[in-house]
Formats: sequence, structure tokens, C-alpha cells
Amino acid sequence: MTGGVRTVRIIVTLKPGVLDAPGQAILKGLGALGHSGVQAVRAGRYFEIEVEATDGLDERVREMCEGFLANTLIEQYRYEIA
Amino acid sequence: MNIGIVVFPGSNCDADTYHAIRDVLGHHAQYVWHEERSLDGLDAVILPGGFSYGDYLRAGAIAATSPAVRALGPYVAGGGLVLGICNGFQTLLETGLLPGAMQPNLGGQFRCEFVHLRTERVDTPFTCGLAPGDVLRIPIAHAEGRYVVDPAARPALAAHRQIVFRYCDARGDVTPAANPNGAEDGIAGIASPSGAVLGLMPHPERASEDLVGGTDGLRIFSSLALWITTGRRLSAQPVEVH
Repeated sequence: MTGGVRTVRIIVTLKPGVLDAPGQAILKGLGALGHSGVQAVRAGRYFEIEVEATDGLDERVREMCEGFLANTLIEQYRYEIA
Repeated sequence: MNIGIVVFPGSNCDADTYHAIRDVLGHHAQYVWHEERSLDGLDAVILPGGFSYGDYLRAGAIAATSPAVRALGPYVAGGGLVLGICNGFQTLLETGLLPGAMQPNLGGQFRCEFVHLRTERVDTPFTCGLAPGDVLRIPIAHAEGRYVVDPAARPALAAHRQIVFRYCDARGDVTPAANPNGAEDGIAGIASPSGAVLGLMPHPERASEDLVGGTDGLRIFSSLALWITTGRRLSAQPVEVH
């Protein structure tokens, strides 16, 4: 489908097994505030991108993620195109 | 000799670096605005410390997209030398000119203190005035200094002698206690296989005068000056870009 502007929602998180120091700090913060039962926190990044709808949009979004929005050495990403 | 110091929005160690090279060592230095596309005429390019683009997205990630940084690949292929300090090192990692990535410090603290570095390789333009095992006392100031590298890339790192500096204690012993950020293998600085590109997290420009606590950092800049003014050349090596 082409034409118009699409909203792409992208979530970037650390790959499993990569140590997440900010996530651990957030976990401690939740505990300090009295939230019980929180077992783990992984902190990531969220992007909303408005992009012209063209052929190959899926591939273009992947290129944005692979080459820039995520550091694929230590991060993984997932996205949805609205 | 002509040294270029790239300035990004958010760089804050450019002036100290300029001062160390021009006022302390007496060599020519000039600022290079990040939008500059040409690095012609520069014997070496320094990416200084700071918070380029506020560390938005990832530290150094947006700086890596600037024209001056995108010109570094051809510049190095043509014989240019590049030094990345702290945020500059992070930027070089984001370009792939050096392997690996930076993560937040283990323990979540911003570490701002003097550390000791053991010199592991002296056949680079930046360490040619040092001896193997020399201990340098230089300050760090960073929140993301925990160097990590793909396990598959570790053998090449060792084989090409790319580890140039490791965190150590005052005696030169590399120990976990001497590692301020949890960096893999105590790595504080690495180079490209040829040695033309060096990145390190500590700030040599902040240890270039006794007035501010020591001059061990100056030895890196004076090594570079020695290399350039005596016309030394690196053996030809392919530039690997990831």
C-alpha cells in the first residue's frame, strides 16, 4: 500500500543475556518505593516515526533500525507499522 | 604538523585538547566543525570528549552520522590518523572504525576520578614515546565506559594486538579492583590493527600539566607529535569497517 504517512512504532531493547545496569537501578527504585513482587526490569527505548508510505517501507524501517536506531551488537528491535 | 579537533554540538573537551596541543606542546591545532566534509591537510584528527548531541539515542551515535566523521573512513585509508577521547571513542565505536560497543558502567555510577593505565602496545602513533608496561595516571569522567566486544571478535582483537591500554593499579597490575567500569578484560583503549585509529576512555588532555594534577596524558600527545614530525609511517593494513 502506498500513499499517505504511516506511523512506525519501534522498541529497542538489550539482547537477552546483556547486563542491564539501568534496568537494575530502576528495579531497586521500584523496591524502594514499596512496589513488591517486581522480579526484573529491562529498560529500552521507544521511537515513533512518521514516514511516507512507499514500496519497501518494511525494508526501509529495518535499515533505520539496523544501521542507526539499534546498536545490533548489544541491542535487538521490533516494530509495527500502523 | 597540523592537528584537527572536531567539534560537535555538545563537545566540551575540545578547548582543553586544543590547549594541550597548542599551548603546552607548541604545535598547530585547529577546530573542525562537525559539518566539514574535508579533512585535507590534517596530519591527525581528534574526536574530543563531551556529550555530543546530549548522548541522545546512544553516546556518539548521532555524531557518527556527521560529515566530518563520515569522512574518517577515506581519511584513514589515505594515511590519516585518528584519536577518539571518551565520547570520541564512543563515536568511533558507532562508526565501526573500531570494534565493540560501550555500555553503562557496572554499578550505575558516573565515575570521575584518576585511574592508572598500563600501556600494552607501543607501535602506534599515539604510544610510540612510551615503553611496554608504562603506567599512566590519567582521569576518567564517564557513565558509559564498560567496553564490550562480540565474543567472535575477541580472537582477532588479540591477534592484531588492538588492546592498547588496560586499567591497572599504581603498580601496573591489571585487577578487577582497578577497573572503574567493568570493561571487558580491563580494556581502557583499543586501536585499529594498523594502529592508525586509537580510542580511549580516559582524558589525556586533563593530565597535560602539573597544575591540574599530572602530565602523563601529555605523553600521548607528544608521542603523536614525535610520530608526525619525524615522518613515520604505518605498514599498510586494510581498514575494516563493520
